[in-house]
Amino acid sequence: MPDLRNFTLNFGPQHPAAHGVLRMILEMDGEVIRRADPHIGLLHRATEKLAESKPYNQSIGYMDRLDYVSMMCNEHAYVMAIEKILGVEAPVRAQYIRVMFDEITRILNHLLWIGAHGLDVGAMTIFLYAFREREDLMDAYEAVSGARLHATYYRPGGVYRDLPDRMPQYESNKFRSKKDASRLNKNRQGSLLDFLEDFTNRFPTYIDEYETLLTDNRIWKQRLVGIGVVSPERAMQMGFTGPMLRGSGVEWDLRKKQPYEVYDKMDFDIPVGTNGDSYDRYLVRMEEMRQSNRIIKQCVDWLRQNAGPVMLEDHKITPPNREHMKGDMESLIHHFKLFTEGFSLPEGEAYAAIEHPKGEFGIYLVSDGANKPYRLKIRAPGFAHLSSMNEMVQGHMLSDVVAIIGTQDIVFGEIDR
Amino acid sequence: MSDLRILKEKLEQQFSGKLSECSIAHGEVTIEISAENLLDVCTGLRDDAGFKFEIMVDLCGIDYLEYGSTEWTTNASTDTGFSRGVSRERCWSPEDVEEGSGRFAVVIHLLSIFNNQRLRVRVRLENNQLPLLPSVTGIWSSADWYEREAFDLFGIVFEGHSDLRRILSDYGFIGYPFRKDYPLTGHVEMRYDPEKKRVIYQPVTIDPRVLVPKVIRNDHRYESGQPKESAQQEGGASDA
Repeated sequence: MPDLRNFTLNFGPQHPAAHGVLRMILEMDGEVIRRADPHIGLLHRATEKLAESKPYNQSIGYMDRLDYVSMMCNEHAYVMAIEKILGVEAPVRAQYIRVMFDEITRILNHLLWIGAHGLDVGAMTIFLYAFREREDLMDAYEAVSGARLHATYYRPGGVYRDLPDRMPQYESNKFRSKKDASRLNKNRQGSLLDFLEDFTNRFPTYIDEYETLLTDNRIWKQRLVGIGVVSPERAMQMGFTGPMLRGSGVEWDLRKKQPYEVYDKMDFDIPVGTNGDSYDRYLVRMEEMRQSNRIIKQCVDWLRQNAGPVMLEDHKITPPNREHMKGDMESLIHHFKLFTEGFSLPEGEAYAAIEHPKGEFGIYLVSDGANKPYRLKIRAPGFAHLSSMNEMVQGHMLSDVVAIIGTQDIVFGEIDR
Repeated sequence: MSDLRILKEKLEQQFSGKLSECSIAHGEVTIEISAENLLDVCTGLRDDAGFKFEIMVDLCGIDYLEYGSTEWTTNASTDTGFSRGVSRERCWSPEDVEEGSGRFAVVIHLLSIFNNQRLRVRVRLENNQLPLLPSVTGIWSSADWYEREAFDLFGIVFEGHSDLRRILSDYGFIGYPFRKDYPLTGHVEMRYDPEKKRVIYQPVTIDPRVLVPKVIRNDHRYESGQPKESAQQEGGASDA
């Protein structure tokens, strides 16, 4: 009889299913996992330390690069923390724009998640479908900020600029015929709001498409039902937030329970799972996309009817507009001071949390009265989720590890920071 | 707002004598406790029906070494004019780093789903040489990685943590990178050595520079808290 012992298996860090640079040391008993030890930090860039050496506004761009599939939500928490210490509030139109883009971001994130999760588990088609819709939403990002991913659009005191009246157009080239270009430009003739309204009308049918592919799919259910079950008590103990917590049946959503911006004026529901397995978390996220779609619709309606400023007029914090700057000495001084030294926050500390697509994303900001943060701590939801990996995979098969990474919606930008 | 005051009163009642500070600012309640009371207070915070903080949202270290110091003095103009402030001057001496107390703190953020409230717990650590406090992993299992992170970045030691390894920094990393006396550029850089045909580490070749000097403006708009010098200075911070 040969002596059978556990052996360790190295998973990652360069593995297509590792969602970036996750390295795991798996202790295996045959094909069953006894212990998992995730090694993280391969993407550690010391964002928090870098932010300590820069004026507040120069770090907004770093926030995009944390969770690089839900960019504007990261910015949102950061500017909210600054606004909290400053004691200012963005104009109401800016708040609606922020809520709208938070929800666009949620759909962007969940689309990437469903695509990657499907791909990990073996469903190829969903990935292509999901990326088709992501394209439209990234066009909305581009229209408003000029960048498709790293927007740097939210600023302390509002958003960088108002929504554009026209959408960027496709041009024909040697790879794209005139006919194709005009087909792609068909729903881009109006303003950004028209484009988004068109999207919100189309999107529910797209989700139905995804659901026909997956929800009752035999293989999909075999791979997800009963995998990575977490009880509500354990979920709270392990610091779960967002869809991971709701999948376990805890009804908790910051947008409802501790509403920020104008979420209290929005009409939407919180989906909650019952079994706490990967399949329930899948269903929760799918429903969240539908709810986000509803919120975007409400924001579009409001934004159409209500014009107004999108940035505070307090030029100690926000830059004056370029025209004023050219003619007005005061504005020139403000501009110069803001872009060289930046603004100073009063001494104090604040923790601002938002309902990020992945969970609770929080920024803990300590200011000693200077123009740079004294300490910035980023509370990334994925960090807590990944730390439960060992508990979630124990007793499962090797192939389930991939499904559990998928269901946790791991993105290394935020975990390693 | 009144909810916060109720929470504050409850905290003061329940843990009287154990809180060195209990304050409300920016809609958040903060308590400060000492390391020896940490486990007691935290168990109470989790289990007592009035608190029920089931989720430990975050735990992080802070290094207060440079708190309130600036890289650029702006209050008094000099004959020589202002420096560009790009060379970094230390505001601390090696003795501050080695001796004394209160340099490090650990901040815990708690969330109660049951009562829909949040709380911040700060523990100031006595020893600068060996910042030490008991681990709260027994109370909230999510503390596991957060404590490893605080150990990795600040060198804060959590007594009773079962697996206190580095987590974010590289294998074989030396030093505690988020301490204020650790330079932003680090101490070593990595490159490929074509002669040795492998990747080597060498001392950094770039000088530490300050791009934008750190300035503290005594802005009178924020003076409600503590009395500050009324002297206002040039340009940006003074309200027109």
